[in-house]
Amino acid sequence: MAGLDTAPAAEAESEVPERELTMIEAINDALDVMLARDPDVVLLGEDIGYFGGVFRCTAGLQEKHGKTRVFDTPISENGIIGVAVGMGAYGLRPVPEIQFADYIYPGLDQIVSEAARLRYRSAAEYIAPMTIRSPFGGGIFGGQTHSQSPEAIFTHICGLKTVVPSTPYDAKGLLIAAIEDNDPVIFFEPKRIYNGPFDGYYDRPTKSWKGQPGAMVPEGHYTVPLGKARIARAGEALTVLAYGTMVHVAAGVAQEKGVDAEIIDLRTLLPLDIETVEKSVQKTGKCLIVHEATRTSGFGAELSALVTERCFYHLEAPVERVTGFDTPYPHSLEWSYFPGPIRVGEAMDRLLNE
Amino acid sequence: MASEAAKEGANRPRLSLHVPEPRSRPGDTADFSYLDLPPAGAQPRPDEACSAAATYPLCNDLIRVLGEDNRTHGPWNPQLSPDAMRQILRQMALVRAFDNRMYRAQRQGKTSFYLKCTGEEATSVAATHALDFEDMIFPSYRQQGCLIAREYPLVEMINQIFSNRADRLMGRQLPILYSARAVNFFTISGNLATQLPQATGFAMASAIRGDCKLAAAWVGEGSTAEGDFHCALTFAAVYNAPTIFNVVNNQWAISSFSGIAGAERATFAARAIGYGIAGLRVDGNDALAVYAAERWAADRARSNHGPTLIEFFTYRVEGHSTSDDPSVYRPAQEGKDWPLGDPIERLRDHLFEIGEWSIEAHEAMDAELDAQVRAASRAAEANGILGHGLHQPDRTMFEDVFETMPWHLKEQSEQAVRERSVKWPD
Repeated sequence: MAGLDTAPAAEAESEVPERELTMIEAINDALDVMLARDPDVVLLGEDIGYFGGVFRCTAGLQEKHGKTRVFDTPISENGIIGVAVGMGAYGLRPVPEIQFADYIYPGLDQIVSEAARLRYRSAAEYIAPMTIRSPFGGGIFGGQTHSQSPEAIFTHICGLKTVVPSTPYDAKGLLIAAIEDNDPVIFFEPKRIYNGPFDGYYDRPTKSWKGQPGAMVPEGHYTVPLGKARIARAGEALTVLAYGTMVHVAAGVAQEKGVDAEIIDLRTLLPLDIETVEKSVQKTGKCLIVHEATRTSGFGAELSALVTERCFYHLEAPVERVTGFDTPYPHSLEWSYFPGPIRVGEAMDRLLNE
Repeated sequence: MASEAAKEGANRPRLSLHVPEPRSRPGDTADFSYLDLPPAGAQPRPDEACSAAATYPLCNDLIRVLGEDNRTHGPWNPQLSPDAMRQILRQMALVRAFDNRMYRAQRQGKTSFYLKCTGEEATSVAATHALDFEDMIFPSYRQQGCLIAREYPLVEMINQIFSNRADRLMGRQLPILYSARAVNFFTISGNLATQLPQATGFAMASAIRGDCKLAAAWVGEGSTAEGDFHCALTFAAVYNAPTIFNVVNNQWAISSFSGIAGAERATFAARAIGYGIAGLRVDGNDALAVYAAERWAADRARSNHGPTLIEFFTYRVEGHSTSDDPSVYRPAQEGKDWPLGDPIERLRDHLFEIGEWSIEAHEAMDAELDAQVRAASRAAEANGILGHGLHQPDRTMFEDVFETMPWHLKEQSEQAVRERSVKWPD
């Protein structure tokens, strides 16, 4: 993906050997590193043990680290999150997997009323240092129950951090940072880009991560700090706020149309890196927000409000939002729903013509 | 056509919905004649290492130790020393004295809410004595007896109830939703049954680490209907987690009798059968039976024989809370007529019977406990009561949402502090 700025993060030591990994391999690597490094890290979820996960993110980890560190659970998201709260209270650092973000709702009470509130209600006597991993987003013909992007539900809950990587490098570094964090983190993995970046052209040949920016992943331990955005592409004409798959779609459109967009990959939705956002919008005067989730009350609404509140006198045009439509994610009309290059491109045009 | 016939109803019986209804309502005489109460001592006591199935007859029985004659009977007698029994008696009486004082404090406007456990003292106090101090208690909201059994300071409890400046929870929680890590007592949620899978997870963690700690959770019979109950028992069964699930069947969930939670169909202890874990049904007003059952489950879990579900069969003598008036949905006499008696009186009478206690000693104890509670209440009141002044700085509202405060909470905190300075310039 030309146009993506890929300067390696400062935390990575230059002597550390790197390999080219897919996002799945990078996530597997992060989990492997943390299991080896911290005996309190445990992985639990449906099909994650012997089988290695339906997306292979935990492949080989049970064999390597043992059945009491990496194990299968009953089909009960409520139970998975509930026991993870208890494990965290004990002193472990659980990393539960919810097989699809669409399945997270039975566990919602344990996330919202328990994990997110434990520190507050007990005045820090008990904490919930867990990282809930879950693949999210569409573009894989998953229909309405395997395609949703429910991140805004979680950014609305006080006490949770919400993280979305867009490259293998970030996926590993952010996941390690999330596991080491003492607060509960929702870690949404954009499954459309598990095996390669995606510019929104579903009818073109798929790309692998081979040779792509952000695919070189250092061995061993490193972190990408939570709460810090990444300028995926520097530019002057307009600011794009995106995360996950949509970083790649926006970059593809900017490249194709020759738009000098500054693309900010938020990486952490909450706590948000407001400084990077403000600085960019104040420079460009125009702001496009892109997410795959449904529009109304989506995270874009929060971003739009923040940009308007903080950068109003720098704005040269109304803030634009490009999102999925306010419908369930349809199966056969998936690509009509997806906020692809046409929708993103038209919004860029509108902003540039202001 | 078959479908046409069905539409007509043909000769099929009409379906009817069964909505359970308690036997007695206000104005009726309390009727407990339906209860099948076996004599004390008649229940077999299997070995702690037995198969779960060996306990299943006990799920439909009632483990009892103290008989009508005030003597101990049968294999479940825990053989507690008179000192141990006097300590349990004293702590149950302290819970009652505390409840009475705090109930009054709420009526006097010193706090917003209180909730008594009258008649259920044994299910928390005696059960806690059967655990090790290191075992984590995952309480519901009516287990003040667990804190008192672990000798948590009354003043700390009252500070929390008054949400005053010494409240270690910074006034964030509804009164009585304590958290007391110092005595291995988990933070109480206002949402029901959420503590159950957490207890399972805690117990699983102990087993993952190869430690020796158990988790013991309490829940009301009404809350066994929550999904959390099901997944907690499923996970506990799957991983053989060292967990004890104490179901306090006090017959009433606010205004809904136990039938609304399924009691017409099966006992709550019998839920254990479906999960394949051990189950015991216990006279919850018999402190010695409560102790013995909890101890049996603890010994079983500690020796890697897995979880146990215990139903404590008891009665909620008072209203659900200070916000409830039970006289509008059940006979006023029910509590007095409860055929399993009062847990404090029954243990007291046993100690009388064996010559280890006297009326004089009991009256002296009650007076002493009352003075102890009064003193604690006065000490806590010196730290303030709810509504009389703002006891916590506004910034504390923003602390502990996260380990470190992010920018948006810092901004909001500054606003709150500014607003207070506008309202109270000094």
